[in-house]
Amino acid sequence: MSFEFPLLSLIIWLPIVFGVAVFATGDDRNAQIARWISLIGSILGFLVAIPLYTNFDSATGAMQFLENYQWFERFNVNYHIGVDGISMPLILLNCFITPIVVVAGWEVIKERVSQYMGAFLIMSGIVNGVFSSLDAILFYVFWEASLIPMFLIIGIWGGPNRVYAAIKFFLYTLLGSLLMLIAFIYLYHASEGSFSIEDYHNLAIPMTPQILIFIAFLLAFAVKVPMWPVHTWLPDAHVEAPTGGSVVLAAILLKLGGYGFLRFSLPIAPDASHYLAEMMIVLSLIAVVYIGLIALMQADMKKLIAYSSVAHMGFVTLGFFLLNAYGIEGAMVQMISHGFISGAMFLCVGVLYDRLHSRQIADYGGVVNKMPVFAAFFMLFAMANAGLPGTSGFVGEFMVIMSAIKVNFWYAFFAATTLITGAAYTLWMYKRVIFGAVASPGVESLQDISKREFGLLAILAISVLWIGIYPFPLTEVMHATVDQLLTHVSNSKL
Amino acid sequence: MQKLYLLVPLAPLLGSIIAGLLGRFIGPTWSHRVTIALVFASLLASIIIFLDVLEGNSYNGSVYTWMITGDTRFEIGFLIDQLSATMMVVVSLVSLMVHIYTIGYMHDDPGYQRFFSYISLFTFSMMMLVMSNNFLQLFFGWEAVGLVSYLLIGFWYTRPTAIYANMKAFLVNRVGDFGFLLGIGMILVHFGTLDYVSVFAQAPDIVDEKIELISGVSWLVITVICILLFIGAMGKSAQFPLHVWLPDSMEGPTPISALIHAATMVTAGIFMVARMSPLFELSDTALSIILVIGGITTLFMALIALVQNDIKRVVAYSTLSQLGYMTVALGASAYSAAIFHLMTHAFFKAVLFLGAGSVIIAMHHEQNMQKMGGLKSYMPITYWTMFIAALASAGVPGFSGFFSKDAIIEAVHFADIPGAGFAYFCVLTTVFVTAFYTFRLIFLTFHGQSRMDKHTKEHLHESPWVVTVPLVVLAIPTIAAGWFIGPMVFGDYFSSAIHVLPHHDAIEKLGAEFSGIGAMMMHALYTAPFWLSMVGIFSAWYLYCVRTDIPEKIKSSFGSVYNLLDRKYYVDELYSWLFAGGTRAIGTILWKYGDIKIIDGFFVNGTARMVALTSTIVRRYQTGYIYHYAFTMIVGVFFLLTLWLY
Repeated sequence: MSFEFPLLSLIIWLPIVFGVAVFATGDDRNAQIARWISLIGSILGFLVAIPLYTNFDSATGAMQFLENYQWFERFNVNYHIGVDGISMPLILLNCFITPIVVVAGWEVIKERVSQYMGAFLIMSGIVNGVFSSLDAILFYVFWEASLIPMFLIIGIWGGPNRVYAAIKFFLYTLLGSLLMLIAFIYLYHASEGSFSIEDYHNLAIPMTPQILIFIAFLLAFAVKVPMWPVHTWLPDAHVEAPTGGSVVLAAILLKLGGYGFLRFSLPIAPDASHYLAEMMIVLSLIAVVYIGLIALMQADMKKLIAYSSVAHMGFVTLGFFLLNAYGIEGAMVQMISHGFISGAMFLCVGVLYDRLHSRQIADYGGVVNKMPVFAAFFMLFAMANAGLPGTSGFVGEFMVIMSAIKVNFWYAFFAATTLITGAAYTLWMYKRVIFGAVASPGVESLQDISKREFGLLAILAISVLWIGIYPFPLTEVMHATVDQLLTHVSNSKL
Repeated sequence: MQKLYLLVPLAPLLGSIIAGLLGRFIGPTWSHRVTIALVFASLLASIIIFLDVLEGNSYNGSVYTWMITGDTRFEIGFLIDQLSATMMVVVSLVSLMVHIYTIGYMHDDPGYQRFFSYISLFTFSMMMLVMSNNFLQLFFGWEAVGLVSYLLIGFWYTRPTAIYANMKAFLVNRVGDFGFLLGIGMILVHFGTLDYVSVFAQAPDIVDEKIELISGVSWLVITVICILLFIGAMGKSAQFPLHVWLPDSMEGPTPISALIHAATMVTAGIFMVARMSPLFELSDTALSIILVIGGITTLFMALIALVQNDIKRVVAYSTLSQLGYMTVALGASAYSAAIFHLMTHAFFKAVLFLGAGSVIIAMHHEQNMQKMGGLKSYMPITYWTMFIAALASAGVPGFSGFFSKDAIIEAVHFADIPGAGFAYFCVLTTVFVTAFYTFRLIFLTFHGQSRMDKHTKEHLHESPWVVTVPLVVLAIPTIAAGWFIGPMVFGDYFSSAIHVLPHHDAIEKLGAEFSGIGAMMMHALYTAPFWLSMVGIFSAWYLYCVRTDIPEKIKSSFGSVYNLLDRKYYVDELYSWLFAGGTRAIGTILWKYGDIKIIDGFFVNGTARMVALTSTIVRRYQTGYIYHYAFTMIVGVFFLLTLWLY
């Protein structure tokens, strides 16, 4: 389908332009102006993304909303963008989360407001760029660029140990992506001078280079997702990041890794994917089981949710490498759903942190007595995190477990333990934080959520319930693309 | 008619939303008016549907498509037949009575609107469960009732015991759901659909398919499916060894103990297995397991009830034991008897619980029966309704429990699959135990000397009408529901909903001997269950009304047995040590050693340290003195020359 208006470019560059404009407001005397510009920019950013859904043709697996301009003629690098059923929902998710983090930081961030808000807007644009790039170099530029705003957000507005966390985050992810660049250079030569990702999908590659390419991509994407055992940057990054940073990190940045598997690893190296699928499945199951048990023992709420993120993302990689439609679509749904739920969970912790400046579970207890409305929202998100049917958390897990049982009963067996561990760590935290008698003078002084916080949580609550009750529209846009992807994966490229 | 189907679950859901979200604006009175009106609408619709079904109509259709993946459509839809219609009437009737009762029981509770919101939400979830025409929606309802149970057990969230009990209940249920979900997955893999009717239609085709879960050991697929599904039922219907959550669930307010933890939710497992009868019939192994698990639960939970002093706990253990009866009936392929007992039990157990609640209000929230006694004259309505329910529970001829329980005992007697002998022993022995503990409760509470303090005694009075009316209303089916055993169990009432293979059909054999309820009652006088129950009632009377000193003597001379029962066979201690403690220990080890020491300490920060170490060493060579560099070059030249010469 041709769409004359450069919609995708607008979706990418509008937040970035607004971000630069927010920077221009300067120091904190103009903080209020910076906030409003950011809010307008982020909402506009979401509004312009809506035609992407309404004009999307779900009957085809081909790329849509294409734009293609030459960038570096010498290396055949192009500004080539477009979306399919895999990237489109992720772009919408990203554009949806941006206004939420802007509002979440509204009163909380008091220093360097313009830089904070600007960083989020620019990151939003960059991430849209990652999801829509069809040129490997363009992809790589956006991919690496997305590190910078988050590095600054953690390093400047983070907690006491923010420098360690920011550097760990940066080096960990940079290391992985350098190997991806090498893979791109190999593919450039193998395809006789193309950086087009779609060309790579149809490229015949012998087994050994396929495996090497797969591993190069794996390191880049596994760190982002993050998969066990390269996950340890995530808890540190989350604990030190400000609330908005955690929300974007969990809701959006982790999805870059998942997206990478679908866009690169599976279609470019299908034989290696088949060959190494079992290893990937085992790594994913370790993430689900091992990380679930670790999450249980966390005393810090943010760490607990960070670990639970790793476990939930384990379902995403598990779904991918079961290599059937249930699994891949389930993993996609899980990514979108995890965006809502983990975002909401981090916002909930943020609500408490803003009031008492502690993330320790032990410092709370009996919050429900003082904040009943908040407790109700938190209950909903906790249940969604535990995968209760009727919430979005169930849909993805259900599909992936169904997919796993098709492949091997024991995969499903270990994956399904999340029903127990997920409920255990989430509800145990909920019990210690929310239920009980008022545990401390701090809790006694708590005020229930403001209208601003209510609005944020309500929007996320509606999203979580909507996907849980009626996932049809979400899965509908993916079918054609996933079918096409599976055709790529099932055809050998040797 | 189809709009009416939608009304049944959606009316309580609307009530729940109104009371939950708007409760603080419309106030307590309007909250209960709205929710009760909507549940009443649901009851009326259920009755109309029930009558429609009696005329032979049934319905199986979809409401909307939840999702399409691969080649599977997941639908939300209803299957309305005799089984679901019966459940709908039982659920909405008990729910309505509990709504009304709640006005009296919770009238000065600060969470009044929240409570109504929860019980209406429960009614919605339970309706979704029983009306479902597919496994996905069944699982939704299954987990949703679990959620509401969690919320209601922890209703008084400042009590440490309540918030411990609700988490325990949810997690134990999740263990069951774990098996249940895997069972659903197996069904999807082997049948390619989650729609009941298509699954049942294909079931006979896969009866010989095998699967190797552990290499070398091959199982029948149908047996694996049935056992996994039954694990779900064991969680929800609190069968040994997943029974531990139900007694603790008594921490919740009494109306929900009646509604959720006695009459409806806990019977979901029984309902599910009955619904799946076309699958379970194909696996004798699964049926044998069900028989044995049910037998153990029936007898051993009843024994615990003998030593409980908390009035609600006695009823709770009685519920466990009665659920065991239903499970045994399922194992004996007497599904219709199980559902019939489910129905009569819903009524008499609701009366027992609501009556216990009435006593608890009168006693100012004292639940220890040792501090009661002699309440009969103060609370006649509560006494008489509870007395009727006790007669039904003990299985005295004429009352509802007699018919359903007798049918189960006889059916097990006729069953001839492995485990039937054990189960028969259990259900027969338990008749005596049931009669004894039930009447122990009645005599300790209502008869004899009053043992409460003076203040409480002065304020003793019968509960208000909102409490007694539901008791009286529910007392009617407590007596009369059993009289329909002819058509419901022995007739062909369930014939289209429940499938029994000819060689399993114990009910068929029983039905051949059945010639009216009068004859059944007369015949009972010549059978063991009747006399066992009479002996039970008499012993309770003797020990708790005549020679009240004997129980103490028994307690001291059989100290170890008493302790074993009092501590519930130490199962709770074992689980909390083994599972809760074990998981936490493993979690700590993985975290402290796996993540912190090995991955982060050795690899991540270790890499950083290696880089730092290498550069510290390499840095030494960068001295900046020209003669150091010159010397290095000479060594290098010498080395290269040597290499070149050789």
